[in-house]
Amino acid sequence: MIVELGHFALTLALAVAILQMVVPMIGAQRRDSALMAVAAPAALVQFVLIAIAFAALMHAFLTSDFSVALVAKNSHTAKPLIYKIAGVWGNHEGSMVLWVLILSFYGAMVALFGGNLPDALRARVLAVQAVIGVAFLGFILFTSNPFLRLDPAPIEGNGLNPILQDPALAFHPPFLYAGYVGLSMAFSFAIAALIEGRVDASWARWVRPWTLAAWIPLTVGIAMGSWWAYYTLGWGGFWFWDPVENASLMPWLVATALLHSAIVAEKRGVLKSWTILLAIFAFSLSLVGTFLVRSGVLTSVHAFAVDPSRGIAILGILVFFIGGALTLYGWRAPVLKAEGLFAPLSREGALVMNNLLLAAAAAAVFIGTLYPLFLDAMGGPKITVGAPFFNMTFVPLMIPLFCLVPIGPLLKWKRSDLVAASERLMGAGVAAIIVVVAVLAFQTRGPWLAALGMGLAAWLIAGAFFEVAWRIGLFSGNIRESFRRALRLPRASWGMAFAHGGLGIVVAGIVGTTAWRQEVVTALKVGDSAELAGYTLTLEKVGMRNGPNYQALVGVVRVTRDGRDVALMLPEKRSFPVERQEKTEAAIRTTGFADLYIVIGDENGQGAWTLRAYYNNLAPWIWVGGMIMAAGGIVSLTDRRYRIGAPNRARARLAAQPAE
Amino acid sequence: MRALVLSLLMLFVAGAAFAVDPGEQLKDPVQEARARAISKELRCLVCQNQSIDDSNADLAKDLRRIVRERIVAGDDDKQVVDYIVARYGEFALLKPRFEPSTWALWFGPLAALLIGAAITWSVFRRSRQGTAPALDAEEKARLDKLLGRPE
Repeated sequence: MIVELGHFALTLALAVAILQMVVPMIGAQRRDSALMAVAAPAALVQFVLIAIAFAALMHAFLTSDFSVALVAKNSHTAKPLIYKIAGVWGNHEGSMVLWVLILSFYGAMVALFGGNLPDALRARVLAVQAVIGVAFLGFILFTSNPFLRLDPAPIEGNGLNPILQDPALAFHPPFLYAGYVGLSMAFSFAIAALIEGRVDASWARWVRPWTLAAWIPLTVGIAMGSWWAYYTLGWGGFWFWDPVENASLMPWLVATALLHSAIVAEKRGVLKSWTILLAIFAFSLSLVGTFLVRSGVLTSVHAFAVDPSRGIAILGILVFFIGGALTLYGWRAPVLKAEGLFAPLSREGALVMNNLLLAAAAAAVFIGTLYPLFLDAMGGPKITVGAPFFNMTFVPLMIPLFCLVPIGPLLKWKRSDLVAASERLMGAGVAAIIVVVAVLAFQTRGPWLAALGMGLAAWLIAGAFFEVAWRIGLFSGNIRESFRRALRLPRASWGMAFAHGGLGIVVAGIVGTTAWRQEVVTALKVGDSAELAGYTLTLEKVGMRNGPNYQALVGVVRVTRDGRDVALMLPEKRSFPVERQEKTEAAIRTTGFADLYIVIGDENGQGAWTLRAYYNNLAPWIWVGGMIMAAGGIVSLTDRRYRIGAPNRARARLAAQPAE
Repeated sequence: MRALVLSLLMLFVAGAAFAVDPGEQLKDPVQEARARAISKELRCLVCQNQSIDDSNADLAKDLRRIVRERIVAGDDDKQVVDYIVARYGEFALLKPRFEPSTWALWFGPLAALLIGAAITWSVFRRSRQGTAPALDAEEKARLDKLLGRPE
């Protein structure tokens, strides 16, 4: 009964979405405020209906209602509660319901908090959102219905892929989707602006917080996915350049470019049509990501043809939105005249370089990810594009970008001189040089490039610190005045400092773990020891443990250093009987500066167990840095300038700011 | 057919065999180092973009053994890679070969950067022209003549 209610709610949501798509758009064209007023309540109702459908599906999973085909296929009574919940989106159909839930949530947010938007713009934005909603609701109902019943219902379900039974991966999709789908807002704003044929500074200001609201969960989602890969795949790597990972990296790169170009569009009134194009691309790449992951095209172009209805439907949606948006862009963008000019050596000049490098990097990832599919479809050989390609194309684009990051914020708008900026960059430059020299002096092994990498990280971190220090006059000697200015510094400035500094921490983590990781691979009998990075690892015992829905082989490893006890680590190898799969569970002990990482393997037939241990220098910084970047985004999002109803106070405060 | 076999294999990959077992390692550290370096550039065919050096799958284990057998048999690095490619196709290479069918791949990112740089440069230039002093009467007349505008 509840399941049917959910099905009904989802169908009704499609009807409401169609209404929301058509009526406000006509209203906006005819300047009919009664018709435009339909948009906001329709968006709210659509959200409530989809939330009901989602709750009904959740209920079916929680109560293990195996008369629902989707639950029978993807759940099991013995599964812990958290994975019953995560099971809702751990499959194609459910994940699509989550997708439209988040989509309608963003629509409802515009309906609730978009009061400061002009009526016509708001109506058009919500209508475009509804077009996306109609496409995906239709896709769900016609090709991927999660509410189909089974008769007779099986007694037990098939369980969930053990790989997905993990806390980080359980909540990875909602974050990623919040990011992917959040970019639909920037897209809808871009399309609405193209229809209106008008983009002004206020448009850019409205787009920024929505883009940021998508960028934050996308950052968190990518970091979570990478963290999961790190501790699950069993060898301590954090990024594989796998198409599924690249699918999330591409929208992130473009969204990051968009965040920066929207600043230029807001402050200087230039780069408007480029900003619109980026907004279109950011969401288009989110759709491409959904398509890549959901259509099965990645496994093989041929697998795509096995179940064509879904693949073709998503491809159709893709072509409609990307093709439609770009056509509209080609037709209307010339209307958006750029005003103002800019010099290469200026804040906007630096932001243009940021956009150029990020866009080229996104292109590199795009080409590397899709080329094998393209070649295969063309009848060429099946090839693989792996890490070596991306190391040769993506990384060289990131290095100049990272060099630029601390410089950009110190340049003035319109026209800047390098002398003034370089004085302020002195601190960061000195910090970077000290780190390079120190690494070269103390590094006993590892490539000399590592020193430059760490120098780059120091340049980013110190650059972020000195930028804030300079703005609040930290070195002027008047601490009280500096404190007062720190409190008055716009939150967006703090957010930027956190994001840029966090990036430096990520770079340090990547360089550190890549250049200086140590490993030992050995077979140990119970009682034997191995040495790694000054630690002694002794295999004390090997036993079995029963989990809620798995059996685990547990290695008990005593870790000592110079005879002193450091830790007892318990690497596991889990067998899931229902799903008939195995999964390694690494034991990780972190000091904050390095991870000791142990994995246990099979018995070798002579009473010894394979043990693989890594000492990953600075590895935790990768995810700490990622979280700091996301935190920077959140701080920035709370900036007064983005909030509603505080324009007067904000203006008064801005006037009190020292001129930039 | 190979695609089908691979997809089927992918369904049955157990997640928890082992990457580089101690038993597989070669006695000669130089040969072992060569084997590790080669392994990092070969794809575990049934995994998602993992190298055979990193992968736990049984197939990766077999490939690591083959690589070491070839090294012990006296092959140089290129011969080892060719041996694998001859059996498993170019799909096994994490770094695609530079040949006509992959030119677009290898030059694509650079082309994207250059196109972007050209656009950026033209925007800067156009913007600088915008600041140029206005044409005087004589220049304007000449321009009009060139453009074929009526006086």
